[in-house]
Amino acid sequence: MKTILFIIQKEFKQIFRDKSMLQLIFILPILQLLILSNAATFDVKNIAITFVDNDQSRESRDLINAFKASTYFKVTAPHFSEKEAVEEMQKGKTDIIVNIPVHFNRDLQKDQKASISVSINAIDAATAGVENVYVTQILNSYNQNIQMQSKYFSENKEVPQNIMVIPSFWYNNTLNYKTFMVPGILVLLVTMLTLFLSSMNIVREKELGTLEQINVTPIKKYQFIIGKLFPFWVLGLVILTVGLVISKVVFNVPMLGNIFLVYGFTSVYLLLILGFGLYISNHTETQQQAMFIAWFFMVIFILMSGLFTPIESMPKWAQSLTLLNPIRYFVEFIRMVLLKGSGFYEVLPNLLIVTGFAVFVNGMAVWSYKKSN
Amino acid sequence: MSIAVNNISKSYKKLKAVDSITFKVNDGELFGLIGPDGAGKTTIFRILTTLLVANEGSAEVAGYDVVKQLKEIRNSVGYMPGKFSLYQDLTVEENLHFFATIFGTTIEENYDLIKDIYIQIEPFKDRRAGALSGGMKQKLALCCALIHAPKVLFLDEPTTGVDPVSRKEFWIMLKRLQQKGITILVSTPYMDEASLCDRIALIQKGKILKIDTPQNIINNYEKVIYDVQAKNTHGLIHDLKNYPNQYSVYAFGEFVHYIDKNATFNPNDLQTYLKNKNHTDIIIKPATITIEDVFMDL
Repeated sequence: MKTILFIIQKEFKQIFRDKSMLQLIFILPILQLLILSNAATFDVKNIAITFVDNDQSRESRDLINAFKASTYFKVTAPHFSEKEAVEEMQKGKTDIIVNIPVHFNRDLQKDQKASISVSINAIDAATAGVENVYVTQILNSYNQNIQMQSKYFSENKEVPQNIMVIPSFWYNNTLNYKTFMVPGILVLLVTMLTLFLSSMNIVREKELGTLEQINVTPIKKYQFIIGKLFPFWVLGLVILTVGLVISKVVFNVPMLGNIFLVYGFTSVYLLLILGFGLYISNHTETQQQAMFIAWFFMVIFILMSGLFTPIESMPKWAQSLTLLNPIRYFVEFIRMVLLKGSGFYEVLPNLLIVTGFAVFVNGMAVWSYKKSN
Repeated sequence: MSIAVNNISKSYKKLKAVDSITFKVNDGELFGLIGPDGAGKTTIFRILTTLLVANEGSAEVAGYDVVKQLKEIRNSVGYMPGKFSLYQDLTVEENLHFFATIFGTTIEENYDLIKDIYIQIEPFKDRRAGALSGGMKQKLALCCALIHAPKVLFLDEPTTGVDPVSRKEFWIMLKRLQQKGITILVSTPYMDEASLCDRIALIQKGKILKIDTPQNIINNYEKVIYDVQAKNTHGLIHDLKNYPNQYSVYAFGEFVHYIDKNATFNPNDLQTYLKNKNHTDIIIKPATITIEDVFMDL
């Protein structure tokens, strides 16, 4: 026990002595949390839209004004030929081209219907989808207005009453994406920091040759491993605390659930990540190799965590893969507890799975750590 | 017997680093492994300090088997690797304290043993190990290897990259430790240090060529070596190599060492030969044989 305490003391000394590293450990995650939470938005705004108005009628101008009134669109100067507008899109200056044909007004009056063409830049399919929805919404409300007008002019026609849908959004009723993203990004930062630091820590001793010196001492495997990893476990919890404070103060993220539950879960989760870091450390010879492998897994973990893309929309095999992803369980957990106020029994499955992983990974790590080869 | 090595072999993939080596080191002996870089010295050290498991053979250190009794060995040996491997970001005192603690002892308990050495670095005890000079790093590493009063001390090229004065001091320290009853196995690529050991093993390409006291190794060398000097050293080596009866020719300090194939070699013949080749200021005299000469001939 005394040996473990002494190693822990030595590790902390080394961490605090490396001033530049200390700054990186604390300042970078805070910056990332502040920047990423503001930048990682799913809202599509400032969509550049161009009109080719071949009709030049009151109706066509009404339609353009409907788009101008929307906060989502930025209407660029109208063009008079399709060709010009397409050139604009080629240059990347516009994302949507709405072509209003000649006789738009006349057809509308005569036949009660008219068609326009909408071309959307769909390089980014997700954005294009959202843009399509916005355009359709505006066109729908424009349609309703026209129907109302025509109903007003011709009483004889029976227009069916529209069904009004008033959705009520639970758990995040203002649909604030920050509320949704901040806890997830916090999970990411805690994971990244502890994984990188732990995976590079022991391999660093390998590089410096100090590990060889340690290995000829009678120190026991478990003493050394616990002594090395405990400081990072503490560091992970400190980062979590800092992150939670920022979430509350800066982003006003609701914290409905029990905060001790969050700490309890994180404690177990960190064991899993540290064990994984140790495992990487054991199988690499240089910090560079360790960093590379840690990054490789980190990128997969992030993209398959359900943080940025919903797991439900992944193909079946990818969904199965995410079952092995520890970040997935933590993201799910922290959103449930903070936003929904879930209690212990609701998150028990996540806790059990992460505990199982932690036992397995640490078992592998301790087994693969050899003092001689 | 402090160290007993029996037919140890170790290969890294296809390369045979150590090839069935056998040697014994007596209690309290200062034993030297002498050989060039890549001879397999470090591999032997790593096997004896339990860091590496040999492919074949067996070895005992301080009466314990290197494979079966790891723990006992780790408690009773001190190891100083060739590369400085203490924590550079900890101070001199913290390093020493750290190693004392993980060996379950304290600095005070074995202070007697390290006192002579530690006194020299004590003025810098609050300095980080990374900021020490080469010689001082050496002394600190030796202190850390000694802090648990080991029975056997392993020093892998302790003087490589250290200035001549510090090297000399270091060997004086080793002699003192030896007097305190510690068995020392030291390796070095410097032949001049070989003569300071009680016994040496000459190693090359993973094989032991000779084991004996340095004096015996020199005495048993039967060939006669001549110091040859002339004004144009470069031309001299070239011409000596073309001399019909030459056995070996190599530069050695200010002289060229020349060995003839025939026991009946007459220096005057060589003198005449060199004069004919237009060499001036020719000196030819029997040389004092050193370990290096013996090694060059192996």
